[in-house]
Amino acid sequence: MSSPRDWRPTCSVETIRARADIVHRIRAFFGAREVLEVSTPTLGHTTVTEPAVESLRLESGPFLQTSPEYYMKRLLAAGAPSIYQIGPVYRAEERGRWHNPEFTMLEWYRLGFNDTELMDEVAELVDVVLGAAPYQRLTYRQLTGGLVASRERLDLAFAQALTGLDERRTFVTDYPAEQAALARLREDDASVAARFELVVDGVELANGYFELGDASTLRCRFEADNSARELRGGEALALDERFLDAMAGGLPTCSGVALGLDRLVMLAVGANSLSEVMPFPDG
Amino acid sequence: MASYSTNEFRSGLKVLLEGEPCSILENEFVKPGKGQAFNRVRFRNLKTGRVWERTFKSGESIEAADVMELDMEYLYSDGEFWHFMKTDGSFEQVAAPEAAVADARGWLKEQDVCQVTLWNEAPISVVLPNFVELEVTETDPGIKGDTAQGGSKPATLSTGATIRVPLFVNIGDVLKIDTRTGEYVSRAR
Repeated sequence: MSSPRDWRPTCSVETIRARADIVHRIRAFFGAREVLEVSTPTLGHTTVTEPAVESLRLESGPFLQTSPEYYMKRLLAAGAPSIYQIGPVYRAEERGRWHNPEFTMLEWYRLGFNDTELMDEVAELVDVVLGAAPYQRLTYRQLTGGLVASRERLDLAFAQALTGLDERRTFVTDYPAEQAALARLREDDASVAARFELVVDGVELANGYFELGDASTLRCRFEADNSARELRGGEALALDERFLDAMAGGLPTCSGVALGLDRLVMLAVGANSLSEVMPFPDG
Repeated sequence: MASYSTNEFRSGLKVLLEGEPCSILENEFVKPGKGQAFNRVRFRNLKTGRVWERTFKSGESIEAADVMELDMEYLYSDGEFWHFMKTDGSFEQVAAPEAAVADARGWLKEQDVCQVTLWNEAPISVVLPNFVELEVTETDPGIKGDTAQGGSKPATLSTGATIRVPLFVNIGDVLKIDTRTGEYVSRAR
């Protein structure tokens, strides 16, 4: 960590060039597939209810967005084609080698795709940046050895299992229904959700869903999130009613994924810490 | 005793883990699958030098260890204890047992300044300077002019330690030793 008075960037000019080149290639990737680039706000009146994701809030009220997800889905509900976005997102209390309170998210939505098709596209994009390599798909249950335990024990087992994976790039699929977030449940097995994460070198790189568009089920999940927050002594958050209205209006069949761009750059240049790929991680 | 929460963890922090004094080597924040956050922490046990890894729930606390690292001057050994004196002018002394001195024994010379780790004011480890200078007390006669590389022979130092030295080294020579490897570096004079 640099001293508070050090004005210099923590990453090299060479890495800034490598990063710019990666972003350029990503834009070309989506351009060739006619996926439209969009830009949505980073300041919003509401924020996600996810119990383990904490938002930063301005004193005057609005929240710094933890992901552009709700806005992008509102665009889809309004008739947008497949879309992508590269922009800053914010998460409180997350700092480490692989975490920074402000980071860059690459998020995209594909109309008509299911989660399997989107995983294929994620792999193609990652290959463009990191070079081709073998992939494997493992269900959450396979990864955690079928462990049945409290959420906390399960999270710990999951975290430990990620470090034990071989060098293949791994898609973890079929998360337990309790961790569905905004994914639909599998039609043939409602105990698991059509959610996936891509893990490279033990690090989560992307998180995707076969999107759930059912407003009433989404409302139930948000309310359950809020109960979990209150149970922990936290406060319930106001729901994003405009997002729920948009879902009630109809989300086209689609899958979406969010990918940590800074982590992708780290893997591409072999960096050991986010500070090597972000010029001013401490703000 | 004070305690530290995971968000205060940083390398070098001294804590008690399972009753043993440890120093944090590495603290990694992990937060898999939008789940609970954890800190994966690597510790060095300050008594044994062994490295431990433990995972904590973020926000958990562990007890701080009363550990101090002081520069101290080595005075002498009475066979059972190795005696060190503070260099702050207080002339305060501590006696380190064999377990604390461990491998440093062979390189300790009177008046050399070492880093002594004290836990609850008792010495638990001694770290030598990277290089020390010690006199040769016993070795085969040196071969004059043979400064070429290749040959080596055993030599006993004033501390009793034995090391391999080049053939040209004589009794009475003062040698520079790398204490991390226990190897001869050069003649000091």
